[in-house]
Amino acid sequence: MNMARYVMDFERPLVKLESRLGELKKLRAAGQPDIAEEIEYLEKQIKKLHQKIYSSLTPWQKVQVARHPDRPRTSDYVGLIFTDFVEFHGDRLFKDDPAILGGPAFLDHRRVMIVGHQKGKDTKENVARNFGMPHPEGYRKALRLMKLADKFDMPIICFIDTPGAYPGIGAEERGQAVAIAGNLLEMGQFSVPIVAVNIGEGGSGGALALGVADRVFMLANAYYSVISPEGCASILWRDDSKASEAAEALCLTADKLLDFEIIDGIIEEPLGGAHHDPDFTSQGIKKVLIDSLGELGAYPSDKLVEERYRRLRKIGCFREPTP
Amino acid sequence: MPISEWFHRKEKYTRVTPPSEKKEIPEGTCIKCDACGGVIFQGELERNYRVCPKCDFHFRISSWDRINLLTDENSFSELDSNLTSEDPLNFVAAKSYPENLSQAKEKTGLREAVITGEGRLDDHKIALAVMDFGFIGGSMGSVVGEKVTRLVERATKEKTSLIIVCSSGGARMQEGMLSLMQMAKTSATLAKLHEAGVPYISVLTHPTTGGVTASFATLADVILAEKNALIGFAGPRVIEQTIKQKLPKGFQTSEFLLEHGMVDMVVHRKDLKATISKLLDFFVG
Repeated sequence: MNMARYVMDFERPLVKLESRLGELKKLRAAGQPDIAEEIEYLEKQIKKLHQKIYSSLTPWQKVQVARHPDRPRTSDYVGLIFTDFVEFHGDRLFKDDPAILGGPAFLDHRRVMIVGHQKGKDTKENVARNFGMPHPEGYRKALRLMKLADKFDMPIICFIDTPGAYPGIGAEERGQAVAIAGNLLEMGQFSVPIVAVNIGEGGSGGALALGVADRVFMLANAYYSVISPEGCASILWRDDSKASEAAEALCLTADKLLDFEIIDGIIEEPLGGAHHDPDFTSQGIKKVLIDSLGELGAYPSDKLVEERYRRLRKIGCFREPTP
Repeated sequence: MPISEWFHRKEKYTRVTPPSEKKEIPEGTCIKCDACGGVIFQGELERNYRVCPKCDFHFRISSWDRINLLTDENSFSELDSNLTSEDPLNFVAAKSYPENLSQAKEKTGLREAVITGEGRLDDHKIALAVMDFGFIGGSMGSVVGEKVTRLVERATKEKTSLIIVCSSGGARMQEGMLSLMQMAKTSATLAKLHEAGVPYISVLTHPTTGGVTASFATLADVILAEKNALIGFAGPRVIEQTIKQKLPKGFQTSEFLLEHGMVDMVVHRKDLKATISKLLDFFVG
């Protein structure tokens, strides 16, 4: 295993064992006898620990997996799941926002429109793509592409993966609230099926701006939250080191959100997170996309819009005693 | 305009700070304006719609004062007043959510952060929602989302003009994703209102930020803003921490939004009712 990899805090015990194993293997290669048994034992321990750590991740640990720098991005899934993708650019109003990736492609033989948040693979690309945090022009590009899809009767596939909307001067000057609100309103009205998949970070309004859909899925380690755990901790605890507690309190994991009927299904990830096996993960995503579009394709468009509204309309939890 | 005035013009952007909660103060008592520091008689402030007569700073007013300001006498009847919040997440931070709620109820005398109902404004029939920042920062949880949605549905069905007076810090953290989804819910229902040709005027008051700005607050046919209000998506502190620099004076004020094309007009509180009335004359006749 590559030791220069990015290590999350909770992986440290595992990394320690792995580096010990590496040393032993080097010794064996150098001709040291009688360590085969120890190597075998250590390998077993690693496997056990790996299983133990990853099968019981806390919400905060899942947030870290969702933010892992090696985690597959929208562009990776576009390459693995679709064919003939053509990238479109620009909102026709201000500029092209590289934090949003979009364009038409084929999902098997079905024409679809892809719109997703796009993070970078390294620091340089992340700076160019603003770490997947769109400016208003990003939401407006997304809307433009979705309108194209509506016009040409192509289902819309949204990939959600953003820390959130970008809190900057330009973003405010150009009306990011208005841009997000516009997407929420318009997405409710499109007469083509919309399927959204949260592949990593679902940060608040910036995520929701691509999240009004007929079916919403999450990868098993993705999170979806009204506010970042750090932001919540700094407001409610006045201490951002309480992010772990905040992640717990916010119920931001896929299983909790399935219970609340905010999402419709969870897509399995390989043990350790999507980056350990992007192919496996993409096959899971492809399956739910094909199944969902098959099912939604049977709806007449007015029923589709009505059902999408009903799906949103019932969200909420309150008491209403008779007066 | 002489060149000297270019520089002078900047002065109208003043940093606005939310006024602290004021207890009942008898007429004749003096209070200090949070914006200009000037001393104002309480009675004078009340007669001036709780606007500082010296600098036009708009103090926050309670939802009921706002309703009285906008509706014709005894014309308002409240809807869905019995809706109250649950604690679906069993949310506990420094305080538990039920504690937050009961404190907010006690402090404001309200059951939730929005009052909805029907009434008349200069004889125009209106559906009116008024948010109250005093109730957990005017935050939108399930109840706010549901009450606004029901009001919009009713306005759509009865073709009653819709007025929403906003004041909110955004989505309510304590209800997690259920709060965030209220943005989508209220926005989707407004699409139906627009399709039905029903007018919607939104009034942004100090402060309106976050998920409310990014949903129903900015989806109106005409957007009015009270003078000097703080309006934006991200809060100024978060922006400063992100970009690691001080924000320009007047950033995210009503006047800033007007300049950037995000609101139709900035209105003094004393002119608010007359302005809405005139707009309804245009749209409804």
